[in-house]
Amino acid sequence: MSAAAPAGAAPTEGTSAGTDLVLRGLRKSYGSFTAVHDLDLVVPSGSFFALLGPSGCGKTTTLRMVAGLEEPTSGQIMLGGSDVSRLKPYKRPVNTVFQSYALFPHLSIAENVAFGLKRRGKKKVDAEVAAMLELVELSDLAKRRPAQLSGGQQQRVALARALINRPQVLLLDEPLGALDLKLRRQMQLELKHIQTEVGLTFVHVTHDQEEAMTMADTVAVMNKGRIEQMGAPEDLYENPATTFVANFLGQSNLVAGSVVEGGGETVALDVQGTRLTAPRARLATDAPQVWVGVRPEKITLTRAGSPAPSAAAGNLLAGGVVTDISFVGVSTQYVVRMPWGQELSVFLQNTGAHERLVVGDAVDLHWSPDHTFCLDASQDARAGVEEDES
Amino acid sequence: MSAASHLPGGGASAASDDAPRKRGLGGYLLLSPGGLWLVVFFVVPTVTLVATSLYDPSGSLQLGYAMTWHWQNYTDAVVDYGPQLLRSLQYAVIATIACVLMGYPLAYAIAFKGGRFKNLMLVAVIAPFFTSFLVRTLSWQYILGDNEAVVSLLRWLHVLGPEGHLLATPFAVITGLTYNFLPFLVLPLYASLEKVDRRLLEAASDLYASPFTAFRKVTLPLSMPGLVAGTLLTFIPAAGDYINSELLGNPTTRMVGNEIQDLFAAGDYPTASSLSVILMAAIVLLVAIYVRRAGTEELV
Ligand SMILES: Nc1ncnc2c1ncn2[C@@H]1O[C@H](COP(=O)(O)OP(=O)(O)OP(=O)(O)O)[C@@H](O)[C@H]1O
Ligand SMILES: [Mg+2]
Repeated sequence: MSAAAPAGAAPTEGTSAGTDLVLRGLRKSYGSFTAVHDLDLVVPSGSFFALLGPSGCGKTTTLRMVAGLEEPTSGQIMLGGSDVSRLKPYKRPVNTVFQSYALFPHLSIAENVAFGLKRRGKKKVDAEVAAMLELVELSDLAKRRPAQLSGGQQQRVALARALINRPQVLLLDEPLGALDLKLRRQMQLELKHIQTEVGLTFVHVTHDQEEAMTMADTVAVMNKGRIEQMGAPEDLYENPATTFVANFLGQSNLVAGSVVEGGGETVALDVQGTRLTAPRARLATDAPQVWVGVRPEKITLTRAGSPAPSAAAGNLLAGGVVTDISFVGVSTQYVVRMPWGQELSVFLQNTGAHERLVVGDAVDLHWSPDHTFCLDASQDARAGVEEDES
Repeated sequence: MSAASHLPGGGASAASDDAPRKRGLGGYLLLSPGGLWLVVFFVVPTVTLVATSLYDPSGSLQLGYAMTWHWQNYTDAVVDYGPQLLRSLQYAVIATIACVLMGYPLAYAIAFKGGRFKNLMLVAVIAPFFTSFLVRTLSWQYILGDNEAVVSLLRWLHVLGPEGHLLATPFAVITGLTYNFLPFLVLPLYASLEKVDRRLLEAASDLYASPFTAFRKVTLPLSMPGLVAGTLLTFIPAAGDYINSELLGNPTTRMVGNEIQDLFAAGDYPTASSLSVILMAAIVLLVAIYVRRAGTEELV
């Protein structure tokens, strides 16, 4: 985790020394449609960087520009201190795992994997290819053609074919999308292992927020061609800066409120006539109207009027009614209707510590002020909701 | 390969799991028109041809031929027409190579750079077929004629001597063959180049292949089925052609087609037939070697 980027800091100010990948004002327009808007970011050398966002937000376009397969409309791509923006793809020390695999159908698996090494004039590649196939567990299939492989196997070939070249930057466009959960977790570990071992810079594109959060040092959440927020996974999760990030990364309860008193370390909030507090540091805006946010797993439910459990003491919203309960193994998810009609979610761990509640029970919601965050109320509270729940 | 799934055998064996008898009958029923066609227009003529090639050559069309298993027809044909046979194969090979040299860039340009003019360019490739083969070949007599622009220009450039000419030379015959069969090469080649997934070329360039290397390692191998089909469609008819030699050549450029044509005209059916069988056998042999060398069993 040592390589984690300074969260959300203005990246252009950082020095681009070493072999960092730096994007400056990178933009791509197709006619009047702009797929990527003036992207500024620094991917520190040797870090695992995840680009997370809903379908069509410009992730692939960004990777293609870095690979050199798409010419930027404007902006710069710096790699190892030099501008590679105008370099042909085959001259860039960058390899890609394509979303569509793009395996060569006329070559065997081993030949596919050896392709990059051969092009760089390497003669004895057999041992390296064998080791790489071993790594992705495809040694038995070395002589087959891509069409004789399953989707997941093809995906692993695509991974091996790029990885074997040990590029300065490896671009991975949803490289694990076609794998089943078990293999996917295994490959995630494997990838992370390889990345730390070899010290390559990985730029990993994914829909899967869990994948992004478990693997990456830095996660950038992208939406409609812009980076909404960037930072370490925990930081992003705990301190979302926009409603999109709050909803896209996990789930959030967002309730309309206003700042009534904001002098000191904590601010006082008014939510539907109830007074709540939040740390000043977790205010993402200066505006008086805010969305008051709290993650569902941070809330504790008690029967109406019961005292708050000590850990969740501080903020209280009373008068809720349980309208739905779903049991999902490790936790139980409750939907609670508040007096003003809004439905909030609450996740309770199935530790046996909680009282059994049934639909129709009157409940109070408790949580610690430390877990309260505030976002600018001018944003759509439902931005990023249920875009992808994989 | 993905194309393997299009093989009739693969589909049939998979489909025959349920109700094999019914499926089998249906298959034969579907095959029967084609089968009948083959029997009537290929098997019967071939048998007749081979039979004719063994008739006594002293017979005639009016008096009839006697079947005497006259194998000597074959040795006679080889002795008398060996040079023409070799010349035919040689001209056909040269014309095919010329077709590849011109047709590959053309097909490539249409498939990869044609953009929205693709269809227009394809029409332009086929357009000559709207006029008769004979007329088109005759027009080359004019183009290559001694008093026309091409020869004048070449004489002026001293490429040709003052008395040099193009018409009635091997060059003219091969030019005619190349011209007439070029579309047969371009069309199948275009079809397989068009199918090449552009993302594979991106992947190749991502893996350090320059555009030329990407062509050599990806585009070219993937276009092999079209190239093989195209060269066969060019070579086979070119080897049996007689019109180009007839109209653009001279007595020393006679091809085996001309001899067969003359023998038939003179009523020497047995020799004509044996020469035809020899030509057929030679082509089949060459094509078999070629297809094997090109490794298309794997690629198609
Ligand atoms: N060649 C093109 N011409 C016009 N628009 C394009 C082109 N390529 C991509 N786009 C548009 O740019 C946007 C971003 O596309 P991109 O492929 O980068 O999305 P993505 O984030 O990778 O999505 P996914 O997760 O579905 O792969 C999309 O709205 C897409 O329609
Ligand atoms: Mg994509």
